[in-house]
Order: sequence, then C-alpha cells, then structure tokens
Amino acid sequence: MNDFSNMTKPTAKGNWIFFMAFVRKEFHHIFRDKMSMLILLVMPILMLILFGYALNTEVKNSKVAVYDPSQDEATRAIVEKLQVNDYFVLHRMLKSPDEVDRVFKSGEVAMVVVFSEHFYESLVHGGKAQIQLIADGTDPNTANTITTYASTIINNYQQELLKTGAIPYQITPEVKLLYNPSMVAAYNFVPGVMGMIILLICAMMTSVSIAREKENGTMEILLVSPMKPLYVILSKAVPYFFLSVVNLITILLISVFVMGVPVAGSFFWLIVLSLLYIFVSLALGLLISSVVNSQMAAMLISAMGLMMPVMLLSGMLFPTENMPVALQALSDIIPARWYIIAVKKIMIKGLSVGSILTELAILGSMAIVLVTVSLRNFKIRLE
Amino acid sequence: MVIKYLIEKEFKQFGRNPFLSKFVFIFPFVMLSILPLAANFEVKDLNLAVIDNNHSSYSQRLVQKIAASRYFHLTGVPSSYRQALKNIEQDQSDMILEIPPSFEQDLIREKNARVMISANAVNGMKGGLGSAYLAGILAEYNAEIRQELLPSAVSSSQTGLEVSKLFRFNPLLDYKFMMVPAIMVMLITMICGFLPAFNIVSEKEAGTIEQMNVTPVSKFSLILSKLIPYWVVGFVVLTICFGVAWLFYGLWPKGSLLTIYLFASVFVLAFSGLGLIVSNYAKTLQQAMFMVFFIVITFIFMSGLYTPVDNMPQWGQYISDISPLKYFLRVMRLVYLKGSSTADLIKPFLALCTFAVVFNTWAVLSYRKSQ
Repeated sequence: MNDFSNMTKPTAKGNWIFFMAFVRKEFHHIFRDKMSMLILLVMPILMLILFGYALNTEVKNSKVAVYDPSQDEATRAIVEKLQVNDYFVLHRMLKSPDEVDRVFKSGEVAMVVVFSEHFYESLVHGGKAQIQLIADGTDPNTANTITTYASTIINNYQQELLKTGAIPYQITPEVKLLYNPSMVAAYNFVPGVMGMIILLICAMMTSVSIAREKENGTMEILLVSPMKPLYVILSKAVPYFFLSVVNLITILLISVFVMGVPVAGSFFWLIVLSLLYIFVSLALGLLISSVVNSQMAAMLISAMGLMMPVMLLSGMLFPTENMPVALQALSDIIPARWYIIAVKKIMIKGLSVGSILTELAILGSMAIVLVTVSLRNFKIRLE
Repeated sequence: MVIKYLIEKEFKQFGRNPFLSKFVFIFPFVMLSILPLAANFEVKDLNLAVIDNNHSSYSQRLVQKIAASRYFHLTGVPSSYRQALKNIEQDQSDMILEIPPSFEQDLIREKNARVMISANAVNGMKGGLGSAYLAGILAEYNAEIRQELLPSAVSSSQTGLEVSKLFRFNPLLDYKFMMVPAIMVMLITMICGFLPAFNIVSEKEAGTIEQMNVTPVSKFSLILSKLIPYWVVGFVVLTICFGVAWLFYGLWPKGSLLTIYLFASVFVLAFSGLGLIVSNYAKTLQQAMFMVFFIVITFIFMSGLYTPVDNMPQWGQYISDISPLKYFLRVMRLVYLKGSSTADLIKPFLALCTFAVVFNTWAVLSYRKSQ
C-alpha cells in the first residue's frame, strides 16, 4: 500500500485489504485480553447448564403441614397417600389450628391440610367429613397446582374406600403429550436460555468495544482512515461474529449431549437461523454503541436495560399469550421472542424450514433496520 | 474525618455522570411499572381444536360443555387429525380433542367410550395442566350422563367427603402479588451490583485510583467510602419501588416498612460488597461487566424469583443457599404479602449479615494499594 493515490480513493481490492487489516486488529484486541475471552467462552456454557436444569415450573417436593385432630384410619391413609407422592413432602404435623397462620408467616410450608374432627366416623356413617386445603397464594402457580393434585389424590382415596367396581357409562380420555411426552422442562427452557445468552452477550460485546474506542478517542483515528465508515464498523463486528459462532457450537453441543434436548428437525436450518439471530444481536449492540458516548452507558443499556425485558417479555419464562395486548406488542420487537419460537419449532417439534419463514423474515428485517439506523446514527465526522 | 471528604468525592463523581444519575431514577420506575404485568405463568385460555367424528347429541353436548368452561377457547373444527396437528405446529391451537365415530354407540352399548386428547407439551406444565383440566371437564360430563342414565347408582356413590380450597394472602391468585417483590429485588440487585463493580475498575482505567493509593487513607475507609453511596442509591431505588407498587398495583407492605428498609440496608451492603470484589479483581471495565453480569444473572435465576427453589435439583438448591437474593426475596415476600413479624425473619437476617461481613471483609482484603 505504498501507492498514495490508492489510499485516498481505494479500489475494491484495496478496500478489501484495508478491511482485513482492520479485522486483524480487532482480533488482536480480543486475544490480548485473555481474561475477557475466557469469560466469554466459558460463561455461556455455565449459564446453559445452570439455568437449563434449574428452571422448572413443574411443581414437586412442596412442603406440606397437616393439622389432624381426628388421628384415625382415614386421615392417616390420606396423609400417607399424599406423602408417597412426588409432589408433596410432609414437613410436620401441627398441634393446634393456631399454628396454621404461623407456618405460613414463617414461610415454612406451601400448603396446610386441615381435617375435621371425627373424620372417619363422619365419612362412613353419612356425616360430613371435611378437608380443607389451605395453600400459600403468594405463589399462585404452586398454590393452584398442588391443591389440584391434592384434591385428585383425595378423590381417588374416596373411590377406593367405596370399593365401587366397574362404573358403567365410562368416558376414558387417552392423553397423548406431543413433542415432549415425558414433560422434560428443559425442552421448554433451553431454547429460551439460548436466545437470552446469545442476544445479551453479543449486544454487550459489540456495544462496549465500540464505546471504548469512542471513549479513548481511537474511534476518530479509525474514521479518518480512507475506508468507508460502514466497513470500519463492520470490521468491529466480524471478530465478535466468529466468537459467537464458537459459542453457538458449544451451546448446541451441550444442549444435545448434556441436557438431552434433541435436534428433531434440520440441523442446517437451525444453524442458519442462529447465524441470522447472532447477526441481529450484534447489530443491536451496534445500535446501542451508536447512541452512547461512554463504556459505562453502553454497559448499563446492554446488560441491565436488555436483561430484564429479554427475561420477562421474550416468552422465555412467561408465555406471551398471557400478557396484556400492549405488552405483547412490546414483546414483538424483542428479537429473542422470534428466535425462541423458531428454535422450538425446528429443534423440539421437528418441523421443516417452511414453518419458520415468518420468523426468518422478521429477524431478517430487524437486522436490516438495526444496521441502517445505527449507521445513520454514527457520527462519522469529528466534532 | 477524612471519610467524610471521601464520601463527598464519591457523590460528586456520581452526580457528574449525567447518564448514571438519571438512569438510577428512571430505570426502576419504568421496569417496575411495566414488567409485573408480563409475568404470568397461569394456564388459561387454552386453544382447543375439537374433531367430532360422531356428531351425536352426546358428543355435541360435550363440546358445548367444554366451550362454556373458562379454560378453553374452541378454535375451529378441523375435519381431520392431520389438519388439527398442523394448527398445533403453527401454535394456533394448544390441544386437540378427538371424538371417535362410535362415541355414542360405545358409551351406551359398550358402557365405555374413549376420546383422544393430544396436547402440545413443549411447555410441559402447560400441556400437562391443560390435559388435566380437560380430563376434569370430561369427568364432570361423565357424572352428568351417568346420573341421567342411572339415577340410583349415583346416589349410592355419594359420600360425605368435602374438599375445600383456600388461598391464603392472595385469594384470587393474582400473579402480580408474587412478581412485584421479585422484580424489586431484581432491580436493587442489578443497580447495587453493577454500579459498584464498575466503580474501582473505572478509576483504574482512568488512572485516578493511583492518586488515592499514594494517600495515607486506609483500605478500610476507602472501601467504606465507596460502599456508602450505593447504600443511599439502594434506599432511593427501594423507595421508588414502594411508590410504584402502591400507585400502579395497590400493593403496600402488610408488615412494617421499617423491617423492609432494615433488611434492604443489610442486603445492599452485602451485594455492593460483592460488586466491589469484582471491581478489585477486574483489570478492565469489560471484564468487570462480564463477571458481574454472570454473577447477577445466576443469582436471579437460582434464587426462586421466577421458579421455586424447591423444584430445582439438589445441587441447584445448594447454589441458592449461597445467594443473598434468596434470603432477601424471602423476606420481601413474607413482609410485603404476609405481614410476618421480625421473629419469623431471624434466620434470613443472620444469613444476610453473614454475607455482608464476608463480602466486605473480602473486598477490603482484596484491594491492593500497591501493585
């Protein structure tokens, strides 16, 4: 590049050589900070394993206390039946009804089962035997589920007690659970965790690295080079794209071989979808870096500002159909939402690429919009 | 009283950053006013496709009964299972009920009729609970029919067992009650975790930390002067949260406000200490950010904010034991929703105090005045 005229008005080939030089420089930046690189490569693995196993909305092992003034055959049998179940763990027996309030207020138990007095006698001799299931309503999901399970168990006991043989006019439902017959929670949460990890890490990496150059003033040096600003900025994204691809591969390997979540559909299209999503996430990072002037602001927006909406609005934890309409609209503009839907279709349901065309189109347009807006926002002139 | 000047310096630095000082006020306000509405695990309004191959009065009555229930929406009547399955693939329906052509005949003559329920179980809880609801409606319908066809048998199978359900503290099972305290904890954790983590390391990057290091100020007072501003920030954030919760959701602590402030002060001290530890070890802001991000997000997911700790595998529960969030969240829910008294809260209080002492001692010890 000793031809000076080439520097002022670069040819296509010259542009390419410049571009690669910039990319090499960015790689140097990343490899130099061994600690950051280690964190970036190991963190997604740990997060996927931790959250993939820990996130579980299926209720089990709920602690239950029992107040049983009768202490007879029937109450003991019912307590026994509750106890052998996976859903309940008998925490302790209460001595008086006053204790009910206390065990709730200390947060010891999720449910208290209260039997009426002379339970067995009333049950057999036609009186009214009462069971009250008092659940801690502060966790509605658990409260609803465990009271439903407990009343089913009690009803079954009642049927047994009556020894009614074959009941006539029976309607028997045959239940088939599609895509996830053993109801593994990871099938639901792993795509969500993937979507969250990729989005947050990509956006954080790019936004902070550009903001740092702005803060140090080195961005200006890059922008006075003969290369077009578009390429200057893209060259910053290239190394992070590679790093994210490495992360994607480890994430997929772990979800298949460690978490036991299969890739039921086309592996090829899963990769294509994920690469597009990585691109969108990096572009989001570009957008953030184009509006901030300091690393601190870039971090607060990309780490904190994105983390909460992605967790709560993307449908990763909470079903989007339960949200109010205004929030559903908000969740529509979160890229993770579309990625998660598409990953579930291809990875879990095993559908063909035809079923995710909408999601691909939406992610594609998001990528275009984000890149356009952030390039326009970049102040390419010195102030 | 050199500490007084140090604290003054920290506040000045904080106030000079226009983005930061606005962020601390706006962020909790916006997040708490929007996000609790989104967080709802309830399984309701399930979209059900019914394939009625029987078209008898019995099958139609069943369909009407399902349509009248509050759990299900009927989404069209597909003609074949394949078509219904297509709807499930596209997430247009959640479940399929298939009534066989011989339904009425089986029920009346054979005394046993089968129906097929297929549920989308990618979300296992939704699939499982949805089919349980549908099975419940079927059982009710079944009992009705039996009563019509065989009035005598039914009366003999009735017993005097009554099961009643009662939901304490939240009779209508409103999810916001559960989520508002959780989101408050999340906000305080993020602000009081991220900001201290950036503090020391950004002085390292700017080079100003060396000016501090050459002064005779002790490590202890230096760390203390860095902690106190976040302590104040924590109180501000908490107060904003109280206001939003009361204004938007009508939630006011059932227990004492002072108890919450007391616990928050210990929690913020503990968590800011953790942030400072990260800041001590990190060489660049970027490293600090990734480390504190990982710590915060791990604690958020492992402490029972969204999914109960009891559901986690044993090793996950051990991790939650070393998370200050778990104890603070517990206290928030207890005091906010149940009005528990101080006596119920001794254990979490001791746990939080231990965290505060350990983290801050560590922060002081890991601070290096000389390289």
